[in-house]
Amino acid sequence: MSGDLNAAVAAGVLGSEERFRALLRSVVEVARAIFAAKASSVLLLDEAASELVFEAVVGEGEEKLLGTRFPAGTGVAGWVLATRTPLVIEDVRRDPRFAKDVAEDTGYVPEGLMAVPLLHEERALGVLEVLDRKSKFTLEEMELLGLFAAQAAIALDLLQRAREAESALAGDGRLAVVARVAAALESREDEAGARLLAAVEEILR
Amino acid sequence: MSEAELPAWSLPPEAASKIALQSSWPAAITRDWAYGDSTGAGAKVCILDSGVEPDHPKVGAVQSAVVVTAGDDGEPRIDEDTEGDVCGHGTACAGIVRALAPEAEIHSVRVLGPGYTGSGTILLAGLRHAIEQGYDIVNMSLSTTKKDHAAVLHELADSAYFQRTVLVASAHNMPVESYPWRFSSVISVGSHMEEDPMVLYYNPSPPVEFFARGVDVDVAWLDGETIRCTGNSFATPHVAGICALIRSKHPDLTPFELKSLLHLTARNVADRR
Repeated sequence: MSGDLNAAVAAGVLGSEERFRALLRSVVEVARAIFAAKASSVLLLDEAASELVFEAVVGEGEEKLLGTRFPAGTGVAGWVLATRTPLVIEDVRRDPRFAKDVAEDTGYVPEGLMAVPLLHEERALGVLEVLDRKSKFTLEEMELLGLFAAQAAIALDLLQRAREAESALAGDGRLAVVARVAAALESREDEAGARLLAAVEEILR
Repeated sequence: MSEAELPAWSLPPEAASKIALQSSWPAAITRDWAYGDSTGAGAKVCILDSGVEPDHPKVGAVQSAVVVTAGDDGEPRIDEDTEGDVCGHGTACAGIVRALAPEAEIHSVRVLGPGYTGSGTILLAGLRHAIEQGYDIVNMSLSTTKKDHAAVLHELADSAYFQRTVLVASAHNMPVESYPWRFSSVISVGSHMEEDPMVLYYNPSPPVEFFARGVDVDVAWLDGETIRCTGNSFATPHVAGICALIRSKHPDLTPFELKSLLHLTARNVADRR
């Protein structure tokens, strides 16, 4: 419980989801800018469902892709996630599965794709994709993408922690009770509230 | 030379003659001696990956295909694989090996599938199976970041090494700890940017030991397609293919000798002499 509480505090507790979303969006915007690409996206692994979810998307396909899910373990992104290995495909349109799935969803099928796993400590949190970059690919670019992915992974880790903390605070567990009591006390400014707080502090001493 | 004739942990004077090697290396090793005229015939190459599409024009016959899944009891189980490839990557690797070693046997062990996110258990079971089958070469264009699995993976890599199964693994080009490519009992591979599929460079600053072609490679993909890809995962099967050529021509070489041969024939080593 104290782990969740710490996570909640560290994450700035409630309302942090939007800020981390903004951070992730900024990550994909920068990725798109660095590689002068048409689009970039972050796919987050939903471990419970074993699915990859488009968590942040900028550029082509933005509206339609956001929130879209597909099973992990298959396709290019699934391979990158499961094998922890980056991959560059120059003519992804010739991948029949990719072309079909993505075209049906967005009407936009990229030509080139760079995909890199987002690794935080031992865990693979998701995949960062950069689509249709302008420049010719070099090995230095791959190094750069790897470095950039490390930063994106930290943002993704923060987002996940914030979500876990929020769900712990919003659920039926004891932590949620404490959170509700704290919120209720915070909104009261009467004598009874102050006395209860003092009593709680007394117990904790 | 059979296993039983080998001295176990020390070498008594009278036993020295028993370990005379069949392959006497000439003073200067040449690529021609190492794998000239070899087709890979007789070498068994295992592709531990996303499966291999059967009868892809760039791959041809696949001698066997199995899939590793989590069984009902949670234990990994191995079944015949009728799905083919769930991504395209395994087919790409098989095609590269086939291009270099046209007569080598290709065996697929699929460790990917819907819902699989790389816990490592499936990967370990797949590798264990490949080693038990006694394949000459196992191509591992993948890695795991789970530290818990590192020790088991290390043991598996060592047992492969001692039974003459050569593990060829992709080096990770990201700032992260991953396995098995870091182990000295495997051959680890990164990419160079040249077009010649037979060109290898030895890296005098390991852990990455060799560089092979890994940029803009035209590879086999799903539905008989060919696509252009880049990554260390495509450099790896180039080394696996060359290993198949060597193993085919010199079947008695140990993984240590084979790795030494890769070193001696690498462009930055052989071409300096």
